[in-house]
Amino acid sequence: MTQSLKETLQLIPVFSVFIGSIIDNVKKIWAQLLSIVLAFLTGAIILLVTGYSPIDAYSALLVGSFGNITSIGLTFSKATPIIFTALAFLFAYKSGLFNIGAEGQLIVGGFAAALVGISFPDLPSVIHVPFALLAATLVGGLWGLIPAVLKVWLGAHEVITTMMLSYVASHFTSYLVTYPFKAPGWVPQTLPISSSAELPRLLPSLQVSVSLFLSFLLIVITWYVFQKTSFGYEIRAIGLNSSTAENAGINVKRGMIFALVISGAMAGLGGAGEILGVHRRFIDGFSPGYGWDGLAVALVGGLHPVGVLFAAILFGALRSGGIVMTRVVGVPLDIIFLLQALVILFVATPKLVRYIVTRGNTK
Amino acid sequence: MTIAIEMKGITKSFPEVLANEQIDFSVNTSEIRGLLGENGAGKTVLMNILYGLYTPDEGDIFVNGRLTEIDNPAMAIKQGIGMVHQHFMLVPSLTVLENIILGNESTTKLRLLNENKMLQDVSNFCKRYNLHVDLKATIYSLSVGVQQRVEILKALYRGADILILDEPTAILTPHEVEELFKAIRQLKTEGKTVVFISHKLKEVLTICDTITVLRKGKVVRTVNADETNQTELANMMVGRRIITDFKKTLQPSSQVIFKVEHIKAINDRKLPVLNGINLEISSSEILGVAGVEGNGQTELIEVIMGLRKASSGTILLENTEITNMSTRERRSLGISHIPEDRHKRGLIPDFSVMENLILGSHNDPQFTKWGFSFNNAEISKYSKNLIKEYNIETTSKDASARYLSGGTQQRVIVAREFSRKPTLIIAAQPTRGLDVAGTEYVHLKLVGMRNQGVAILLISADLDEIWALSDRIAVLYEGKIVAIKQPKDTTQQELGFLMTGGSS
Amino acid sequence: MTTIFDVITVGLFAASIRLATPITYASLGGIFSERVGIINIGLEGMMLSSAFCSVAISYFSNNPWLGLLGALLVGLLLGYLHAILTIKFSTNQIVSGVGINLFAIGFTAYMSQIIWGSRGASESVNGLGVISIPLLKDVPILGKIIGTHSPLVYLMFIVTAVSYIILFRMPIGLRIRAVGEHPAAADSAGIDVIRVKYLGVIISGMLAGLGGAFLSIGHVNLFVLGMTGGRGFIAMAAMIFGKWKPLRVFGASLLFGFADALQIRLQSLGILPPQIILMIPYIITIAVLAGFVGRATPPSDYKPYEKE
Repeated sequence: MTQSLKETLQLIPVFSVFIGSIIDNVKKIWAQLLSIVLAFLTGAIILLVTGYSPIDAYSALLVGSFGNITSIGLTFSKATPIIFTALAFLFAYKSGLFNIGAEGQLIVGGFAAALVGISFPDLPSVIHVPFALLAATLVGGLWGLIPAVLKVWLGAHEVITTMMLSYVASHFTSYLVTYPFKAPGWVPQTLPISSSAELPRLLPSLQVSVSLFLSFLLIVITWYVFQKTSFGYEIRAIGLNSSTAENAGINVKRGMIFALVISGAMAGLGGAGEILGVHRRFIDGFSPGYGWDGLAVALVGGLHPVGVLFAAILFGALRSGGIVMTRVVGVPLDIIFLLQALVILFVATPKLVRYIVTRGNTK
Repeated sequence: MTIAIEMKGITKSFPEVLANEQIDFSVNTSEIRGLLGENGAGKTVLMNILYGLYTPDEGDIFVNGRLTEIDNPAMAIKQGIGMVHQHFMLVPSLTVLENIILGNESTTKLRLLNENKMLQDVSNFCKRYNLHVDLKATIYSLSVGVQQRVEILKALYRGADILILDEPTAILTPHEVEELFKAIRQLKTEGKTVVFISHKLKEVLTICDTITVLRKGKVVRTVNADETNQTELANMMVGRRIITDFKKTLQPSSQVIFKVEHIKAINDRKLPVLNGINLEISSSEILGVAGVEGNGQTELIEVIMGLRKASSGTILLENTEITNMSTRERRSLGISHIPEDRHKRGLIPDFSVMENLILGSHNDPQFTKWGFSFNNAEISKYSKNLIKEYNIETTSKDASARYLSGGTQQRVIVAREFSRKPTLIIAAQPTRGLDVAGTEYVHLKLVGMRNQGVAILLISADLDEIWALSDRIAVLYEGKIVAIKQPKDTTQQELGFLMTGGSS
Repeated sequence: MTTIFDVITVGLFAASIRLATPITYASLGGIFSERVGIINIGLEGMMLSSAFCSVAISYFSNNPWLGLLGALLVGLLLGYLHAILTIKFSTNQIVSGVGINLFAIGFTAYMSQIIWGSRGASESVNGLGVISIPLLKDVPILGKIIGTHSPLVYLMFIVTAVSYIILFRMPIGLRIRAVGEHPAAADSAGIDVIRVKYLGVIISGMLAGLGGAFLSIGHVNLFVLGMTGGRGFIAMAAMIFGKWKPLRVFGASLLFGFADALQIRLQSLGILPPQIILMIPYIITIAVLAGFVGRATPPSDYKPYEKE
C-alpha cells in the first residue's frame, strides 16, 4: 500500500507540470474556446426559441459524435476532408490570398481520382493509389492555378474567381457524371473504382480511412514548411508585406501562384481521400460543403496547422453528431451550419468576445 | 498683445511612452512660433491635442483667453484652429474645390450640391488671400507644393485664425519654400497666428519669431529667433553636441563601379518617367542625387533594383550587365538598398527583428541546410551579433518589429543592408522621419561604408543632407540628370534652381 | 431546327431586365459599402436571408408588401451586423462577410424546415405581382420588353438613378466618397467617419434586401434553398466591371441579367445539357474580372479606421 502511494506521490510533480502546460496553452487559446462556447450558447437560444431543448440537442450531438467507437470513427471520417480544405485555406491565406473555392477544388480533385480509379483496373495497388492521388493533386492544383494566374497577371480578385470556379466545378462534374461518365442506373455517379485504387479503412466497420493519416502528414508538412523553411518564410513575407518582400528579392508573383496551386492541390487531395477511402466512386454532390467547413476550421484553429486538427475534430463531431441529433431529437440538420457560422463570427472577432466578457463582468 | 492659445499642464501618455509631460505652451496673436524637437519629443502629439485628434490626460487649453474643450477636429475648427498635416489630408480623386468645402457643403433647394455657389465663394476667398489654385483640378494631378497650398486654403476657408503647420517644408523645393514663407508672412499681417512644427533648424530660424524646443515630452525653453543659432538649438533638442562634420578618409577612387547608361522607363500610368539617365559612381564615392520628389527618383531606384523594367538603356555593376537581372540576382552581386519608405519596402512589421534581419539573405547557404531548411542556430547567432554591433534597441531578437521606434527600425534596415558587405548601396531618403540623433547615426554609417570602398548612390529631397555627404551631386529633373557638380563648384541656391528646371 | 430567332426573342430581353434586377440591387448595395471602405462579401447572404424572410412573412400574413418591408428590415439588420463587426470590432471584412453568408445558408435552411417541414422549398405565397405601365405597354416590341414587370423592377430604375444622385450630386455622397478613400482627411474635415461608414454598409444591406425580396416574392413567389445561386458574387463582379459607378454598374448588371436569361432560354430549348448552361453566368463573371480589372482601382482604402 505504502509502496504504491509513494509511486503515486512521485507522479504528482510530473502531473502538475503536464496540467500546467495544458493550462498555459489554454490561456493562449482561451479566446478561441470562449468563442466556441458563445457560439453554442447563441445556438442554444435559437433552439429554445424554435421549440427544441438545447440540452437534448447537444447531448445527442455528443453521443452521436463520441458515444461509441462507430461514432468516433464517423467523427474522424468527417473531420478528414475538412483538415485538407482547412490547410488549403491556411496555405493561401499565409500568402495574403483568400481561397474560398476549396469546395470546388476538392470536387474536381475527387473526380480526377475517381477517373484514375476506374480507368486502370490492372494496376497494382502500390502504383494505382499514388497515381490516383497524384491526379487529384494535379487537377486540384490546376483549379488553384486559374485564379492564381488571373490574380497575378490581371488583378482579378481571387475571392470572386475561386468562388465562381467552385460553382463551375460543381456544375461541370455534375454534367460529367450525368452524361459521359455515368454508371448505369438512376443515380448520377460513376462506376465504382477498382479495388486496387481503394484507400483501406482503418477498421472494416468504420468509415474512416487511411486518408486520415495522410491528413496528419499534411499537417506536419505544413507546420514544417512555415516554421522551418525559406520557402515558407517567403510565403509569409509575401502575405504580410509584398512590397518589402519584392524589394528583398523574393519573387512575389511566383510565390502567390505557388501558394494558390498548393492550396488547390491540398483540397484536391482531400477530395481524393473521400472518393478513394469512403465512397469508392464519384457521386454527384458527395461533398456536403467540406470546403466551407475548411474555411471555418482554419479560422477556428487560429490559422495554425495544429489548431486546424482540433478544430476539424470539432466540426467533424458536429457533422457526425448532427445526424443522430436530427434522428433522435428531430432538430433540422441545418442547425449545424448555423453553429459553424456563429463559431466563425465569434472566433474572427476576439474584440467582440472580450467586449461581451468585460460587460458581463461589470454587470 | 493677446494670447491666441495657451496650453497649461498638458500631459498625454500612450501605452509605451509618456509623450507630453506637464507642458505649458502659449502663443501670442500674430506670432509665428516654431516648435522644434526630435521625433518622439512630443511636438506633433501636442499639436494633435490642440487640434482635437487626441485628448490629453491632464491639462487645460485656452483659446483667446477662454477655457475650451477640444474633443475632435470639428470643435477645433469652430475655435478657429486649423492644421496642415505632414501627410496631406486631401482626397486624391476629388477636386480642389470639393476638398476645400468638404464638411461645409452648400446646397440648393433640392438638397443637391450647389457647385456654382461654392465655386464663387472659394474663388473670392482665394483672391483675398492671394493664394491661387485651379479649383477644378483633381488632387492627384497636382504637385506637392500646390497640394500644400490647397491645405492651407482649406484651413483658412474654415475660419482658421490659428494655423498649425506640421513639417510643411519636408517635401518642398527651395523655391516652393520661399513661396510658402511669403504666404506665412502675409498671414501674419492679416492677424493670423502660426505654429511651425519642424526639425529644419535653418528654416525655423528664418521664418519664426520665437521658437519653443521640446525634448522627451517636456519643454526645454522658448527663445527669440534672433537671439539663438542652429548649434544652440540642436544642442537643446538633443541635450548634447551633434556631429556635423564628416571625416572622409579617402578620396573617391578612379575605378568606376556602377554605370547607368541612357536608361528610359515608363511609370504606372504609362507615361515616360525616366528619359535617358546617365550616371557613374566610383568606389569610395557618394553620389548624391538631388531633386524634388516626383521627378523620377522612385522609378530610378526601382529600375536599378530590378523592381521595374527599363524600356531601354543598360546598367552595369563592375562591368557586368545587370539590366535584365532579377532583384535577387542583383542583390547577390552586391547591391544593398535602404528604401525611401521603410514601412512599404523596408521592413515586415509583423516579422520579428531577427526575421527582418535576414530578409534578402534568407536563402544564403549560411542560413539554410539543404538549400531550404533554416539553420536556426546560425540565424540566431547572426541576429544577436547585428543587434549588438548596430546598437539596435529592442527587448529581444524575437520582438515584433512593429513596435520599434522609427529610428530603431531604420537601424534594423541599415544593419541588414550594410552587413552584407555590399559593393553598391542605394540609400533613398535614408533619414526621412528620423530625429537628429537618428540622422546623425545613419550619416556616420554611410560615410563609414564609403570609407571602406563602397560606392553609394544617395537619393534625397533634403538638400542639406546631400550637401553634407556627397562627393559629387547630380540633379534629377523630369527624368533626366541635368547637371553633375562638385560641392565646391556650386551653391545650394544654384542646385535649387536646377532642381526646378532652371538652366545654368 | 432551332434558329437564332428561337433564342433571341422579345421575351429574352424582357427576361434580361427581370433577371438583372436582383443583381442591380445587390451591386448598388456593394457600391455603397465599398465606397465607405468596407468590402461586403456578405451580399449573397443578405439577399438569401431577405428572400427567405419576405416569403415567411408573406406566408404568415398573406401580405407580400409586409414581406417586402421585412426584407428591408432583414437587410438593414444584417448590414448593421456586418458594420458593427468590421467597424467596431475590427473583424476581417472578408471573414465577416463569409460568416454572414454561411449563417444565412444555415438559418434559412433551418427555418424552412421548421416552418414548412421541407428541406427544399417553401409553399407558394402571395407575391408582389406585376403591374403594367398604361401607355407604355402598348408600344410595339418595347412595350413587351418593358411594359409589364414586377414593381420591384421599375423600382430598380429609380433606385439606380437615386443612387447616382446621392453619390455624385449630394453632400452626403461627397462625404461617403471621402470617407472611403481617405478617412483621415474626412475626419480632419470634421466629418463623423464612423457614422458615415455605418450608413454605407446599412444601405448596402437594405439594397441587397430588395434584391433578395425580388428573387422570391417578386418573381417565383416561394423560397428555395440557396436560391440566390451566387448572384451576390456576380453582383460584386458587376460592381467592379462598372467601376463603382451606379449607372455603369447598372449596365453591367443588365449584361449579367442577359447571361442569366440566355442560360434559362437555352435550357428550355434543350440545346445543351443543363449543367453546362448553368455554368455560363459564372464563366462570364470570371471573364469579366479577367478582362477588366487591370484598369479598375477600387475607390477605397479598406483598413479599419481607428482613432486614438
